[in-house]
Amino acid sequence: MITFISPTLEYAILAPMLIVLAGALIGVLIEAFAPRSARANSQLFITLTALVLSLASLIRVRNSASTTAAMESVTFDGAGMLLQASILVISIIAVLLLADQENFTALASALPGSDEERASLQKDLRVTEIYPLTLFAVAGMMLFPVATDLITLFVALEVLSLPLYLLAGLSRRRRLMSQEAALKYFLLGAFSSAFFLMGIAYLYGYSASTTLAGIHAAVVGGTGNDIYLLLGIAFLSIGLLFKVGAVPFHAWSPDVYQGAPTAVTAFMAAATKVAAFGAMLRIFYVSFAEALYQWRPALIAIALITMVFGSLVAIAQRDVKRMLAYSSIAHAGFLLSGVIALNKSGLDASIFYLFAYGVATVGAFGIVTLVRDSAGEVTDLNRWSGLGKRSPWVATAFAGFLLAFAGIPLTSGFIGKFSIFSAAYESGSTAILITGVLSSAIAAFFYIRVIVLMFFKDPVEDGTSVVIPSLYTQVTIIVSAVVTFALGIYPTPLINFIQSTASFLR
Amino acid sequence: MNLANMNWLTLSMLLPLLGTAALAFIPKGNVLLTKQIALATTVLVAVVGILMTINFDFNTPGFQFVESRPWIPAFGINYALGVDGIALVLILMSVLLTPIVVIAGWNESEGGRWSAKTFYSLILVLETMMIGVFASTDVFLFYVFFEAMLVPVYFLIGGFGSGERAAAAVKFLLYSLFGGLLMLASIVGIFVMSTRYGNRTFDITTLAGLHTVITPMMENVLFLGFFIAFAIKAPLWPMHTWLPDAAKSATPGTSVLLLGVLDKVGTFGMIRYCLTLFPEASKTFTPLIITLAVISILYGAFLAIGAKDIKRLIAYTSISHFGFITMGIFAMTTQGLSGATLYMFNHGFSTAALFLVAGFMILRRKSSTISDFGGLQRVTPIMAWSFFIAGLSSLALPGLSSFVSEFLVLVGTFTRYPVAAVIATFGIVLAALYILIPVQRALHGPTTPGNENLPDLTLREKVAIAPVIAIIVALGFYPSPLLNIINPAATTVISQQGFTDPAPTNSEGK
Repeated sequence: MITFISPTLEYAILAPMLIVLAGALIGVLIEAFAPRSARANSQLFITLTALVLSLASLIRVRNSASTTAAMESVTFDGAGMLLQASILVISIIAVLLLADQENFTALASALPGSDEERASLQKDLRVTEIYPLTLFAVAGMMLFPVATDLITLFVALEVLSLPLYLLAGLSRRRRLMSQEAALKYFLLGAFSSAFFLMGIAYLYGYSASTTLAGIHAAVVGGTGNDIYLLLGIAFLSIGLLFKVGAVPFHAWSPDVYQGAPTAVTAFMAAATKVAAFGAMLRIFYVSFAEALYQWRPALIAIALITMVFGSLVAIAQRDVKRMLAYSSIAHAGFLLSGVIALNKSGLDASIFYLFAYGVATVGAFGIVTLVRDSAGEVTDLNRWSGLGKRSPWVATAFAGFLLAFAGIPLTSGFIGKFSIFSAAYESGSTAILITGVLSSAIAAFFYIRVIVLMFFKDPVEDGTSVVIPSLYTQVTIIVSAVVTFALGIYPTPLINFIQSTASFLR
Repeated sequence: MNLANMNWLTLSMLLPLLGTAALAFIPKGNVLLTKQIALATTVLVAVVGILMTINFDFNTPGFQFVESRPWIPAFGINYALGVDGIALVLILMSVLLTPIVVIAGWNESEGGRWSAKTFYSLILVLETMMIGVFASTDVFLFYVFFEAMLVPVYFLIGGFGSGERAAAAVKFLLYSLFGGLLMLASIVGIFVMSTRYGNRTFDITTLAGLHTVITPMMENVLFLGFFIAFAIKAPLWPMHTWLPDAAKSATPGTSVLLLGVLDKVGTFGMIRYCLTLFPEASKTFTPLIITLAVISILYGAFLAIGAKDIKRLIAYTSISHFGFITMGIFAMTTQGLSGATLYMFNHGFSTAALFLVAGFMILRRKSSTISDFGGLQRVTPIMAWSFFIAGLSSLALPGLSSFVSEFLVLVGTFTRYPVAAVIATFGIVLAALYILIPVQRALHGPTTPGNENLPDLTLREKVAIAPVIAIIVALGFYPSPLLNIINPAATTVISQQGFTDPAPTNSEGK
């Protein structure tokens, strides 16, 4: 006879995620029942409220720790709290970008170029579905780094991915490209999910468990067949490396970054990275730490290739969104050094880096949404020339974000780079340190080229202009810029907070 | 040490920032007020610098005016300031040169892409960083200033220079960033090593003991990270190619700050960081470095002889001079080190004089080609004399300040590396050529057509150039005040790390 144990849930700890999910469901109901005209504002309000409430409830439970929040499939600990908080903060400022409807198609189901599309544009329809979709994605992202059961982890992966696939296809201009990007993202994403599942199967075969703690016990016990462990780690890593955009699983990211509506790109580039790296850190730190000789060499190789490839290929880019995509690939390489470090400073540094990089990324893409001509956003870098003359403040802010990406002192990027490289070197990886600084030098080249273009070239008269940012976009950019520089000048409070809080509960 | 003293360095760094903040509130059109505020600020900072020098107790070894506050305690990083004699002299040079640059380049901001407000804000921010880079006693803090100061210079060259200014600015920035990132790798190395050996700190005094515990291989690698960054900055052959382009494209005032102050960060770093932190590695690499220095001396001099452009000429002479400074530092003798430090100070002023007068000449003639000038002695006697004296200072004529320092460097080097010193002496002969040939072409001979009506120096220009020439002449006859400040610090650096002066066979004059 099967005895059924009713699950016990620690609602206080799960509340941040539940609030976001509840917000998403309310959003769905609004889509179903509210009149069209009332949707946009109420959706934005619901989304922001859900995110802020979630952050508030997270702050309330910031000191709790539990491995049994949801029957051993969710572990809430300091690191999980910090990652969830980073995802929420980044989402809040990214949602403000979404609020600018100029970015999105009027009617997603209308064929590009059809009469229906024209009619929908004339009627000024709006896709307000983006808000609940975003909230679902945020909920998945928040679950991803705290899930300790591989099945839950997989569910979280799909919850965060599916809405993103949809969001990527909703661009208002160049819709075919956007839809192509969405399809590409979806197909490759499905492919990587399959690898991920395969990895789960092998790990289950190895350890007879799907929980991270169970796998860890099997690794320490050393009784299983190591081939299965190796295959399991490899396949699981492929799924995760795809999400973070590491070489050679990066092929989707330039196309998706370019094709997706810029506001979605901002959200995806920043928040997905936090979630995916958060999960990766947990899996490798908690389950596979003792098997490091089996995975670390491969991961080091991938990190090195990712840094160098991302920086080199970015040089050749002529499109600002593609350039930022390759730059994010290079940053994925830098972030992998935090996973490789496998020590407390690596964890602290990764969390700091993820937050700092995420905020700067949202800010940078926020600025990309502002540079437009009559046909929409202008992402061709050549047409950005002389931007500093036309709109000095926008150009200065963009230059600031680029300097942060390049890791120039007095920006958050520098502190992040210093701490993550020193963590990797502390664990004995000299190759990471040397390749890291050298590819930073390569990367500096293309960041500076954009600064030259904006400040030292004369403007071209082709109708490119910087639109006056809406209040929402202004808030996003100003908050990102302030955080980026504040964390560069005085990062101590955040670093101390991370250092005292970040830890994984086994 | 009383409380008033403790904040002097911070005060001198804060003042330019306050000046920048004040500039932000001035309407864009009011250029005159912008300039006046910038000038007033820099003069005030110079006064603070002079007062600091007067209050400096040169009989006390170690750092003075120290101040230390935790900045990022998690990484053991402090906002720690302090000066020894070497740093003090360089700070003094920087704060004296800045107001002179502001006066001399009164109209420099007008040819730029951006407003005068931007120009002077960049200069003032740069001044803060120049003081900070010399005053830091925390390696991390030093690195922050070292890298961050690239940004204002980059915009000064690219935004207000002439000719291929954007390309020159990028070249400058990329070279510097490359060196800086190598140094970052070394700083990470220091951080991890100091953590491993139990003392997570960036304090220079504590780190001076680090070399006793790390392996020689590690010491060599860490040394190279620092040294390459400084050699690019200084610049030493073969890492020099960015300098002539940058100097040619920048405004004369920016060039003065670039060659006079920023490049000194390289040679200063060699003393403060290479010698102090990695003494054994410094010894290991000395033969190589001395060779590079001698090549720089001769190579710079030959290029200077062949230079057709007056700004490039000055840049090449500087490469030669930086060769002398580097040689003096790595001779690892007290005279060599004192001489090198004094050389840095003097080079700042003689280069400033050359660049500023060259700037006045270029402004009038609208050309920087040497052959376009000619017969200036008759048309504009004061300008010609100023250029002549500046040139003589550059070739180290006895009686002018550079002579003392060049002599000390050569003597200090000779006691340990006689061959290098002898070869370097040819650099002096070449210096006579590279200065006297352009002097002859530009100042003497028949007046080149088009030059007949050039106006002589205005009052403002005289006010700018007079103190520079006064300092050059005064220190030529009476260098001991500065040497008194420098010598104890040089002795400390040399003795602290177990270097000894070779026993002199004859007593040497100081």
